[in-house]
Amino acid sequence: MERTKVLVGLASCGIAAGANKVYNKLKALQEADKLDIEIKKTGCIGMCYREPLVEVIDETGSYLYGEIDEETAVQIFDKHLKQGEPVKDIIVKSDLFECGDDSFWDGQVKIALRNCGIIDPENIDEYEEQGGYKALGKILQEKISQEDVIQTVLDSGMRGRGGGGFPTGMKWRFAFNNKADQKYIICNADEGDPGAFMDRSLLEGDPHVVIEGLAIGAYAIGANEGVIYCRAEYPLAIKRLNIAISQAREKGYLGNDIMGNKGFNFNLFVKEGAGAFVCGEETALMASIEGERGMPRKRPPFPAEAGLWGKPSNINNVETFANIPYILLNGADSFTKYGTEKSKGTKVFALTGKINHGGSVEVPMGISIKDIVFKLGGGIADRKKFKAVQLGGPSGGCIPEYLSDTIVDYDSVNATGAIMGSGGMVVMDETTCMVDIARFFLDFTCKESCGKCTFCRIGTKRMLEILTRITEGEGKEGDIEKLEELAYQIKDNTLCGLGQTAPNPVLTTIKYFRDEYEAHIIDKKCPAKNCKKLLTYIVDPEKCIGCMICAKNCPTNAIDGGRKEAHNIRQDACIQCGMCFSKCKFDAILLS
Amino acid sequence: MRVNRILQEKESATQTSVDLSLIDPLIKKYKSKKGNMIPILQGTQNFYGYLPAEAFIKISELTGLKLSEMYGVATFYTQFRLNPVGKHIVKVCHGTACHVQNATTISEAIEDALGIKDGETTENGLFTLESVACLGCCSLAPVMMIGDETYAKLTGNQAVKIVKEIKIKEGN
Repeated sequence: MERTKVLVGLASCGIAAGANKVYNKLKALQEADKLDIEIKKTGCIGMCYREPLVEVIDETGSYLYGEIDEETAVQIFDKHLKQGEPVKDIIVKSDLFECGDDSFWDGQVKIALRNCGIIDPENIDEYEEQGGYKALGKILQEKISQEDVIQTVLDSGMRGRGGGGFPTGMKWRFAFNNKADQKYIICNADEGDPGAFMDRSLLEGDPHVVIEGLAIGAYAIGANEGVIYCRAEYPLAIKRLNIAISQAREKGYLGNDIMGNKGFNFNLFVKEGAGAFVCGEETALMASIEGERGMPRKRPPFPAEAGLWGKPSNINNVETFANIPYILLNGADSFTKYGTEKSKGTKVFALTGKINHGGSVEVPMGISIKDIVFKLGGGIADRKKFKAVQLGGPSGGCIPEYLSDTIVDYDSVNATGAIMGSGGMVVMDETTCMVDIARFFLDFTCKESCGKCTFCRIGTKRMLEILTRITEGEGKEGDIEKLEELAYQIKDNTLCGLGQTAPNPVLTTIKYFRDEYEAHIIDKKCPAKNCKKLLTYIVDPEKCIGCMICAKNCPTNAIDGGRKEAHNIRQDACIQCGMCFSKCKFDAILLS
Repeated sequence: MRVNRILQEKESATQTSVDLSLIDPLIKKYKSKKGNMIPILQGTQNFYGYLPAEAFIKISELTGLKLSEMYGVATFYTQFRLNPVGKHIVKVCHGTACHVQNATTISEAIEDALGIKDGETTENGLFTLESVACLGCCSLAPVMMIGDETYAKLTGNQAVKIVKEIKIKEGN
């Protein structure tokens, strides 16, 4: 009989939800009872809305427990682990019976995330047990040529998962064709898109798969040095990557004469980013590795000709590399069987926002947005009305509810004006103001603009000013047209992806939610009741108990009414600061 | 480009002197490596919590890196700070997911409770408040991070309570 295994999800999100306490509790109980079970740390299985997660695998099957705290951990230990009786009411997934959350898993296909939440990311043996480093081994043992490796990647139809969607095989071929004494392969792990955490999940849950993907890429293009450029905001990912790299080096998967293959040398380093969204752009990222300000460079020359330190270089995203070992081990067909004509395989999304089941999901290309939101995502939180999804972060756009039959593939998403992006999918409901969202993203790109191109540096600032004015009720007729004009000028006159895509959130919201802009500008109303300056605050006399808290906190003394009397807000004195609304404990302040 | 992080003359004059020998091993390690500027600055900030003006000068003298370039890099990246920070840095996430889940309320509540604005440090040097782009815990939005601890699914009141608890622990 195999020992019972207990897996505790200890990725950043799990830890934030309190998984460390659960892990320590289970460990302490085990030690006190000297129970012969194995308690392990693992990465994120994607079910973030049920964190902290504990999976028990015994001889009968697997049981995933959700929302575990120290108290329920004791229950699991006493009942399940000691007496063999699963605690059914807190199980969220099992291979033995149906659970309420099964719709979250139906329709998912895990390729990139196949080991996340299953293996211990800090133990290379577990990765090997799952078939890890077999793809690299196969290539080297069977002496598959560099061209053939590239051809397999081309045949798989793999397109860049960072958002651009450029065929990965083609990129590799360019880098392969440029002969040089030194080449570089770079993994872009600078996941700066606010609202996306797929790469973090992957690096924390299965760092070796990315390393193997990089090693295969290095072999294919002939690179002998690799860099993983990771955000400094992801300390756990960096820690686990460094552990994984030293383990891989010890086992001979990295270093000189890899796996006994004379002349195939590949060394890999982690480089900590210093916090600049623009460094997600290839040439800016390389400037940053070189220790400079991360400002994009003019192309040509393309990185494949003269990239890092002027040498031919190839950059791919974390998720792209995570797919490579699977493709090489199982053949291109195993990948192309999923997806649509022009977008093959799967895509990982970070599903967040006003949704019931937030987490990371991996779905085959071609699934509709509606299915992701309502089947996997379990619909909109608090029974609100679905309004839009935001794809692609600050470079992307909002897809409205009536286009939610749009399928997930590069071309269909692009046709809406949004972009696939790296995989952030933020769901919005009727209480989200689309003008405010556009303003939010412009505020972001405006701060993150490196300042090199005038149109990006100043244009985004002007757009932000107009949007801020609109949300504060100072919008003027002609503002929408001015925004559009600026948007197209910024798109046409900037050097890199940041500037060229910065106006997208504004353009898509104008395209699909023009009426909301008009309501703000002409009627001075925010239909989503989100923009403070456009709201009228009134007291609900039924609910008000006359505690005077709002009156005390009102900065303009606009609230009348004595103790135990229903209060009244004098509209001529109210400055719409929202203080009364946030201070009232009885929900007696109404917005209209 | 975050212009608001540029060093203010007034504050630099009142800076207390720092133990510059701390960064000797760091400089030795990276001195002859190419692309060493960012790792040196990151390492320096790890020691002091910010980049002291004296450290810039010392690094420049020992490595030959130009002061102007270092200053350019230090002001370009959000990670680098030119002023001392509080003992606890309260990072309130303002990523998209947190934004739609009312992250602004969290920031406002903490600003109110500590009497400081975004980017400022309390007078007793205990807290610095920072809004950050994304902490990558989007499913648990809205979140904030203090030290290595992440706090999830917050309301304004809860956030203030957490900060106050730390304050009590520190004996204030």
